[in-house]
Amino acid sequence: MAGWQTHDGVAVALPLANVDTDQLIPARFMSVPRSEGYGDYLLHDVRRDASGALRPEFPLNQAQQASVLVAGANFGSGSSREAAVYALIDAGYHAVFASSFGDIFASNSVNNGLLPARIKPETYDELVSFIGKSPCEVRIDLKNGQASFNAKQLDFVLDETWRMKLLNGWDDIDLTQQHNAQISAFKSKYAQTKPWAVPASNV
Amino acid sequence: MSRRQTLFGKLWAAHEILRREDGVSLLWVDRHLVHEGSHHAFAKIAARGLPIVAPDNTVAVVDHYAPTRGRSNIIDPQIARMIDTLRQNAEKHELRIFDLDDPTQGIVHVVGPEQGITLPGLLINCGDSHTSTHGAFGALAFGIGATEVAHVLATQTIWQKKPKVMRITIDGELEAGVTAKDIALHWIARLGTGGAQGHAIEYAGSTVRALTMEGRMTLCNLSIEGGARFGMVAPDETTKAYVKGRPYAPVADEWDAAEKAWDALSSDADAAFDIDIHIDAADIAPTVTWGTSPEQALPIDAPLPDPAMLSPQKSDLASEALEYMGLTRGKSLAGTAVDQVFIGSCTNGRIEDLRAAAAVLAGHRVKVPGLVSPGSQLIKAQAEKEGLDKVFTDAGLEWADSGCSMCVGMNGDLVGNAKRCASSTNRNFKGRQGRGARTHLMSPAMVAAAAITGEITDVRMLLRDRDS
Repeated sequence: MAGWQTHDGVAVALPLANVDTDQLIPARFMSVPRSEGYGDYLLHDVRRDASGALRPEFPLNQAQQASVLVAGANFGSGSSREAAVYALIDAGYHAVFASSFGDIFASNSVNNGLLPARIKPETYDELVSFIGKSPCEVRIDLKNGQASFNAKQLDFVLDETWRMKLLNGWDDIDLTQQHNAQISAFKSKYAQTKPWAVPASNV
Repeated sequence: MSRRQTLFGKLWAAHEILRREDGVSLLWVDRHLVHEGSHHAFAKIAARGLPIVAPDNTVAVVDHYAPTRGRSNIIDPQIARMIDTLRQNAEKHELRIFDLDDPTQGIVHVVGPEQGITLPGLLINCGDSHTSTHGAFGALAFGIGATEVAHVLATQTIWQKKPKVMRITIDGELEAGVTAKDIALHWIARLGTGGAQGHAIEYAGSTVRALTMEGRMTLCNLSIEGGARFGMVAPDETTKAYVKGRPYAPVADEWDAAEKAWDALSSDADAAFDIDIHIDAADIAPTVTWGTSPEQALPIDAPLPDPAMLSPQKSDLASEALEYMGLTRGKSLAGTAVDQVFIGSCTNGRIEDLRAAAAVLAGHRVKVPGLVSPGSQLIKAQAEKEGLDKVFTDAGLEWADSGCSMCVGMNGDLVGNAKRCASSTNRNFKGRQGRGARTHLMSPAMVAAAAITGEITDVRMLLRDRDS
């Protein structure tokens, strides 16, 4: 995963709350290997009609070039499916701005380089009316936690650990392996003090 | 004086290998449960040429795509491929797999507890948001995404920032016909689906103590629908009685050591919680969702909301939900005609759930079709021993094999477009049970009542009629 510091792109508003992961990617598409790309499945059933054709009135369809999503509260609530994040990334998105996120979705986002930028509910309201139905230019400064939507500047909140991870593109497995000695020591002591917690061979 | 700790704090401390300067902890993972949906994670470690470091701590279960009918001959090639991929990964990494032909196969959150793989005091991960189910045993259990699954496979550890702690205390006696499912829908309706975001929930109080392990699992299972990644109940005699003698539970000296350790697993008196919620059990009625979010739930005797009477934020959501659900504002929720019913899932597919539904159904014929999929093949066998399968089939419902089934529809068990389903599952999201499907979440007893009358019905009425 590559780190990033700034992003220049186009923002689109999806003024809906509780956009859950079942909507972000319906379950029936989740058996597809990632290499085939998940972009076409993003919000599939709300974005497309029964025949699979794009609904012209749906905000994301009016901004095919968009890379930043501004959405309502509780974005990404529901299941742990990381495919919801893959769908956003494969459709070209770098960030989602919302007043709150599902916990697992937010963590999955950061693990894939997608910024879950938290903004105040009143900022969200302003932003939605500011963007309206015409997608606008956006610049995100990840390091300083700021974004400008055309002339409108705002601050967003991001856990410091997540900021570092996004900036540096850190891979957790590499990081963890630097602590192998501590993990081994913990494991030995744990097995001694909690023998009942150690599974028998193949549990 | 030692600092007073919550149950959650104790569990966290027991698994903390190290804490970074930024406050993120590296935690030891005792048990890792994988399923067909874990294919992304297996692909990630394969791409890096990494082995699974602790195959003995990893268990594979076929559930999300498991056919509930005709499983010996899977017709859909995509479903067959998903199951084969898990099989191949389990074989490659020498994992115990609960496969389709295994008499102990079932839904991962049912199999873990049933086999004694789930124990109090353990840290349990699974790439599924309903992993909080295992917290019913006083375990630190939480759902993770594919990148994290790959990390656990490669290191048997996980990085987490300690969440805040919320306690939900429920005291008093539940009325007949009111269940753990109703407790969950009640608090989620009250606090909202984001109400517990960023928090671990401990369920406490006399009502929770009186719940069976099945009931506690239902309660903890639904924590994520209120936004919490963790839900837990302190272990007690009920917990130990459930665990003892299970295939993978500790025995002899190890059991004695375990019991001692588990007895210390409760929140200290006066431990501080970031949020403390109290609920009177007497205030909880059979609760049913009417909308497209678990928070859009009401007591069975309440009228459907009028969006005009709600706050601006809730108003739009309510209008939209009513439209999707094909419901009319202000009308009564009870009496809404349903097209079909479903009993099963990791939320409400356990033996107690089947007994509760069968008790309502016994001697009746259903007015609408429906499917009953037990939470595991062992539950299926137990139900058949008790004759519950006969109650369901005599009533006119279909009795099937175990899997996630119609809760998530990945195996092809779907609700049709604009069809209304009374369902014992966990999510009423748009399209969750199939494109355009209209889901009403409720307890298994309430689903049974809806099957009998063909409409959303207060099970208490049926129970009263039966008693009189």
